[in-house]
Amino acid sequence: MTTAEATARGEAQAVRACWSCRGPVPARERFCPTCGLVQEPVAGDHFARLDLEPRFDIDATDVERRYFALQRQFHPDRFAARSAKEKALSLRHATALNEAYKVLKDPLGRAEHLLSLAGRPVRADGAETVSDPELLMEAMELRERLSEAAAAAAVDALLAETRANSAALERKLGHAFAAGDFAAAQKLALRLRYAAKLIDEARERRRRFDR
Amino acid sequence: MSMQILEIHEPGETPLPHEAERELAVGIDLGTTNSLVAIARDTRPEVLRLMHGEALLPSVVAYLDGRQPVVGHEARALIGEHPDRVVRSVKRLMGRGYGDVKALAGTLPFTVEPGEAERMVRLRVGGRVVTPVEVSADILRALKNRAELALDRPVTQAVITVPAYFDDAARTATKDAARLAGLQVLRLVNEPTAAALAYGLDKGAEGTYAVYDLGGGTFDVSILRLEKGVFQVLATGGDAALGGDDFDHLIAERLAAERGGPQLAPGDAKRLLEAARGVKEQLSQASQAEIELDLARAKTRHKLARAEFEAMIAPLVDRTIAAAKAVLHDADLASAEIKGVVLVGGSTRVPLVRRRVAEVFGREPLGDIDPDEVVALGAALQAEALTHGSDTLLLDVIPLSLGIETMGGLIEKVVPRNSPIPTAQAQEFTTYQDGQTAMAIHVVQGERELAEQNRSLARFTLTGIPPMAAGAARILVTYAVDADGILTVSAEERMTGVSQSVEVRPSYGLTEDEMIGMLRDSMEHGAEDMERRLLVEAQVEGRRLLLALRAALKVDADLLDATEGGSIEGLAAVLDRAIEGSDRHAIAAAQEALDQASQEFAARRMDRGIRTALSGRALDDLERRMGGAAD
Ligand SMILES: Nc1ncnc2c1ncn2[C@@H]1O[C@H](COP(=O)(O)OP(=O)(O)OP(=O)(O)O)[C@@H](O)[C@H]1O
Ligand SMILES: [Mg+2]
Ligand SMILES: [Zn+2]
Repeated sequence: MTTAEATARGEAQAVRACWSCRGPVPARERFCPTCGLVQEPVAGDHFARLDLEPRFDIDATDVERRYFALQRQFHPDRFAARSAKEKALSLRHATALNEAYKVLKDPLGRAEHLLSLAGRPVRADGAETVSDPELLMEAMELRERLSEAAAAAAVDALLAETRANSAALERKLGHAFAAGDFAAAQKLALRLRYAAKLIDEARERRRRFDR
Repeated sequence: MSMQILEIHEPGETPLPHEAERELAVGIDLGTTNSLVAIARDTRPEVLRLMHGEALLPSVVAYLDGRQPVVGHEARALIGEHPDRVVRSVKRLMGRGYGDVKALAGTLPFTVEPGEAERMVRLRVGGRVVTPVEVSADILRALKNRAELALDRPVTQAVITVPAYFDDAARTATKDAARLAGLQVLRLVNEPTAAALAYGLDKGAEGTYAVYDLGGGTFDVSILRLEKGVFQVLATGGDAALGGDDFDHLIAERLAAERGGPQLAPGDAKRLLEAARGVKEQLSQASQAEIELDLARAKTRHKLARAEFEAMIAPLVDRTIAAAKAVLHDADLASAEIKGVVLVGGSTRVPLVRRRVAEVFGREPLGDIDPDEVVALGAALQAEALTHGSDTLLLDVIPLSLGIETMGGLIEKVVPRNSPIPTAQAQEFTTYQDGQTAMAIHVVQGERELAEQNRSLARFTLTGIPPMAAGAARILVTYAVDADGILTVSAEERMTGVSQSVEVRPSYGLTEDEMIGMLRDSMEHGAEDMERRLLVEAQVEGRRLLLALRAALKVDADLLDATEGGSIEGLAAVLDRAIEGSDRHAIAAAQEALDQASQEFAARRMDRGIRTALSGRALDDLERRMGGAAD
């Protein structure tokens, strides 16, 4: 058996039986081609869920357009008058769509998702920091400035700076992914994660000044 | 006999149920002070009124001996004569435990039965004891009756609105009340979202809007993006225990102090509150209000200037403004980016409220739809959308973070506030003792750091963990929130697959047994309604099977010989006829028979499907190889 035949066989097995009419449903179809009913969501990455190419440089409005279009089809509100099984399936689709949208609309989420698909997850516990003293210094310095910020204006300045820094990191990430340089992307993503954390903390502080 | 072949629909556009079970579904605004019921036809919503044109049903219930509960204006009128028999503002107690309200006892117009802190509160009304869920069910029943009178047909389905800031316990309590009243809840919709829906569809609004909803007992503020039929909630906030009632209390305290004398009996206190509400409402038009009180056999006259009233309520209004700012912050928006502010709720008639809202958003608020009706109108639109289909899409969020208690009484957030729903989030935990076989799980909702400062929703214990060294077990706890904002928690030990799932029946909720008991006691039509639901469900199922089979026959009929085809057609006809009838057992039997008879057909279709996929693939491959050879 040639490899082509083996893959073909694999794909044929990926034809699922529709839970309702028991007819064949090709693996990626979300609705049964015969009876039209909603099927189990298939396992897949967030990009596949939104019918997007796995790329870093995606227009945020594209992500959104796909998300809205798919939620229009799968949201539980569309299934209120349907059978219990269809309701349960719609709930699972809508949940997965919300998750995919959350991850992909954010450049950091997108970068981390791409890295984990490439088998190079960015460690959430920050274990890499030790190997990157420069990054550690930079992060500490900024955090210090934040804790010393005595007025709203100082926090605003720090916020603006960190946001500009994030934008620059995102551009670099775009280049790294385009060049297939995952090692560089991994470093950049980690820095972007630090920046995001700092922005969150600064926004929280800003909020306290507002009150 | 020939088989009628149904039209095949595009994926995702399978037809909606037939006219017969397309019951009219209503929209209900179950308010603290006033409730309304509305219906939409062809996206035109209207409030259903009584004969004399009254739209608002006061959310007041009187329980007189030997009589059915009295709801609405009549009940409100009874406050004077039988204050101890009348319950108002019960929404403030939905999903609350005895512990929650004990602290407020002095200021609430209720007599609370003593009980366990973590159990649902119970009220003493004259000779009987009722739960807030039952009182709400009485209000819902009155609205259901009103709708049935106005529409001249049974109404069993509804969209019910809840404050966006309602927690899981209060949402569950609302659904329970509907069940008691014989209403199937198609969806709980957040009040500000419903208001935005009514506004957006009516005014064709696009852009980012804020909805500020200050009613009788609750305050919500939401930021939504409206775009091409999508209503996307960006952030929501508020206070589930802040509203016009609190203004009334401040005025009442002031009047009581002016009167002097001993503390008023609970009955007089209720009358005083009603009087205070009158004063407050006058002050929305006039700069000065006067009132004569006749309580505890003493007549007194009082005056209150608007400026004094405003000074009294300023701290409360400030709280709403701080919440509005916080929501803008959560949505990461500046007030200048808000295109319009929609005012909802009777308390937005207070001039100080309007001024402060205009100030914080930097623009005059919109008020072209009646703030009393806009929520019910939105609910009706959504009810129609759910039963008859629609192009609009409501994407809502969860108002308060959901967490789990960890070591030292801290909480770990599992679902952060403002997450779009439905959502499912998982977190992994481990055992901390060697040989530990059980793990307590404490589910909390709120934004504070410590578990005890947040609302406790439920506790359960995952048992049957195989004994292992500390830290070796891997327990995955999953929180799933549905489109109503209601939580289900499940836990699983990943090494062995021991799993448990609980629908979080909040500690403050009714147990399933209590629920069944109440259903039995309170509903003459309970069994009938239930039977009817089961019939409709059987019909939906039966139609689904027929549709599936006919679709399959349209493409693969050649896989059956004449006898097989004839037998399937015969059984399909039997099912068809059963569905037209009203015996759900007959439908189930016919369905079962047809399902059995078509097993073999299904297997042949699957075979054919796989062969087709294989040959399609082989062809592709061949083409590719030929293309390669040409290179
Ligand atoms: N003209 C007015 N001036 C001031 N307050 C008013 C006026 N009219 C109504 N209210 C107040 O509005 C409140 C009722 O508003 P509404 O009917 O919107 O509340 P609700 O929907 O019952 O409550 P909630 O939405 O909090 O559950 C009451 O406190 C009432 O006193
Ligand atoms: Mg209201
Ligand atoms: Zn099918």
